[in-house]
Amino acid sequence: MYALIALGYTMVYGVLEFINFAHSEIFVLGAFVGVEVLLLLQSAGQLATLHPAVILLLVIITGMVVSGVAAMALERVAYRPLLGGPRLVALISAIGASFFLQDGLRLFESLWRNTFYLNYPSLEFFERNLPVTANLVIPVKSLLVIVTALLTLAGLYFFVNHTKLGTAIRAVAQDPDTASLMGVPVNRVIALTFFVGGALGGLAGVLFGIHYSLVNPYSGFVPGMKAFTAAVLGGIGNIPGAVLGGMMLGLLEAFAASYLSLMTDGAFGAEYKDVVAFLVLILILIFRPKGLLGETVREGKA
Amino acid sequence: MKSVGAMIGLLAAILSSFLLAIWFPQSLFAFLLFEASLIAIYYSSIQRKVKLWLGALVLLWLMPILGFINGYYLEVAIQIGIFVALALGLNIVVGFVGLLNLGFVAFYAIGAYLWAIFGSPQANQFIAGGLFPLSPNWFFVFLLLSIGVGALTGTLLGLPVLRLRGDYLAIVTLGFAEVVRALVNNLDKPVNLTNGPRGISPITKPPLFFQPLLEFIGLKFTEAQLYPIYFYFLILSMVCVIVLVTRRLEDSRIGRAWKAIREDEVAAAAMGVPVVRMKLLGFAVGASFASAVGVLFGAKQVFINPESFTFMESIGVLAMVILGGMGSIPGAILGATGVTVLNLQLLKGLSLWLNGLRQSGAVLSLPLLGSYSLSQLPAQFEPAKYERMVFGLILILMMIFRPQGILPPRREPRK
Repeated sequence: MYALIALGYTMVYGVLEFINFAHSEIFVLGAFVGVEVLLLLQSAGQLATLHPAVILLLVIITGMVVSGVAAMALERVAYRPLLGGPRLVALISAIGASFFLQDGLRLFESLWRNTFYLNYPSLEFFERNLPVTANLVIPVKSLLVIVTALLTLAGLYFFVNHTKLGTAIRAVAQDPDTASLMGVPVNRVIALTFFVGGALGGLAGVLFGIHYSLVNPYSGFVPGMKAFTAAVLGGIGNIPGAVLGGMMLGLLEAFAASYLSLMTDGAFGAEYKDVVAFLVLILILIFRPKGLLGETVREGKA
Repeated sequence: MKSVGAMIGLLAAILSSFLLAIWFPQSLFAFLLFEASLIAIYYSSIQRKVKLWLGALVLLWLMPILGFINGYYLEVAIQIGIFVALALGLNIVVGFVGLLNLGFVAFYAIGAYLWAIFGSPQANQFIAGGLFPLSPNWFFVFLLLSIGVGALTGTLLGLPVLRLRGDYLAIVTLGFAEVVRALVNNLDKPVNLTNGPRGISPITKPPLFFQPLLEFIGLKFTEAQLYPIYFYFLILSMVCVIVLVTRRLEDSRIGRAWKAIREDEVAAAAMGVPVVRMKLLGFAVGASFASAVGVLFGAKQVFINPESFTFMESIGVLAMVILGGMGSIPGAILGATGVTVLNLQLLKGLSLWLNGLRQSGAVLSLPLLGSYSLSQLPAQFEPAKYERMVFGLILILMMIFRPQGILPPRREPRK
């Protein structure tokens, strides 16, 4: 889960060296689009008749497209005018965008459904458990998240390293000026990067919604922070690193949640898992600021 | 001649808005005019000395009178004061040193909890002897103590991360604020330090050491009457001290070193500025201001819980600094006042007005669109609930159109 969101951060950071604070809202937007599509299907009475795979595909694709387009629009409105300016300026604008989107989404949902806490309609297929051995069952929806994360990683890796557009993205990441001299349409490539990042965020959002089945406009903040931690952990700007970081952070948190209380005799319980995640971030930044797999980040562009 | 005319005009403006506010104690508009008169003083072309006197007249005399008539005004003024003090603290970190701190509210929370724990029966939970709550006189001791504690935590947080680039710092401070909030939320076991999400109350208020004096002159007030005014003057003097300290710092060696770091870290280091030490200092100064304000906030509220110290507050303070102009003292004051007024008065006023419209069932007839009954306006549509949207818009628009803020510092940061 974190791995998927972290991919979006890494995508944008790798190219622009810029933390897209609004990414967590793009992610929530994806979750909301997902729930809206499901609700529409439900009210049309199609939810029970269509094959679950078709529904899933439909939801994911709409979520990805809408989030991707939203991320592009965001880039056009809030970031592009600021490119080349001081880094702080773009960062602050991103925070502003994040807040604006949160309440914008809330306003929209309030007017549309008169509430902004939305429940995912439950799909029987996702609630099933997959028996592995006698004592071990895996919920289908968890499997879905893991498989999607790995597939996305593979797809993204291929896209960035083996297609023409991916080459353009890497060129812009390395040196925008030279890339533009070589005939790469820099602005379009940046917009494309935002689209891809946003689409990944949307995908993560839909899965998040299916997994936790309750979304509200503010639910993106903590996952967003943790995904960033994951991206830093794996080495920001590095695609496999993001996935590795996401998985490690997820494991660490799960362990913290279950064993912290045992290790400290019940003094510190599962409620400290967020603290653990942030402590990891701080420790990583102190001892290995480039992350576990990181080497691609350029230094010294103030 | 011109300045005399301007002065008379100003006096007339102040007095008329003052009288308006007295005659219409419920009117938001009159109070806004009154607040605006302070800005008019700042912008007018009269002597500095006269400006100071006029400002003092408004803040020290007219404002308390208004406060007696409508207690809510004083409440607003106190809130404004608290945010002005916070914005001034953040202004040092973001504006002077150029470090984006997204967890400023953590230091504020530390200050507030420092006094809350020892100024309430809470500390009895882990220190035996029934010594607590401490007597009100300890308030001032803790005010001083909080400056030290704030500086210490600021340094501790700064040490590991200040060597990193700016955007990492932003994230780490954000994470730090979340950690502080999580700790405060959960430290009700194994030792009940903070009483968890239920918060701490009652917190001892500062001593009314001047009450005997007032009675000696023959003025009798109840405590309920005195406290708002007292807090108003406390926060006012705190803001004054902070402004003085900041101004002195700004033009000192330290302030110049800060600005050098903001403009170009490498060049500053080459010139012999001890970059990390100076950054740490800036961080610590900002943090100590925030934590001192926190002590006052805790004492004023009597009750605090973790809900008062969310990320939202950090962003609010940031929006104030940016709106007013990073690195500018009058800017920070103006920004804090503007945003607080917007939040507490304008948005709420708008909400009330819309509610009124909704209940009256007025029909809005728009050309082309036909008529629309306002009673159908969804109840969720309430401007007061959308402060995040407003903050977000402020941040984006300011960054795109006027990154230097409304009242930019005299010497602009280099692009």
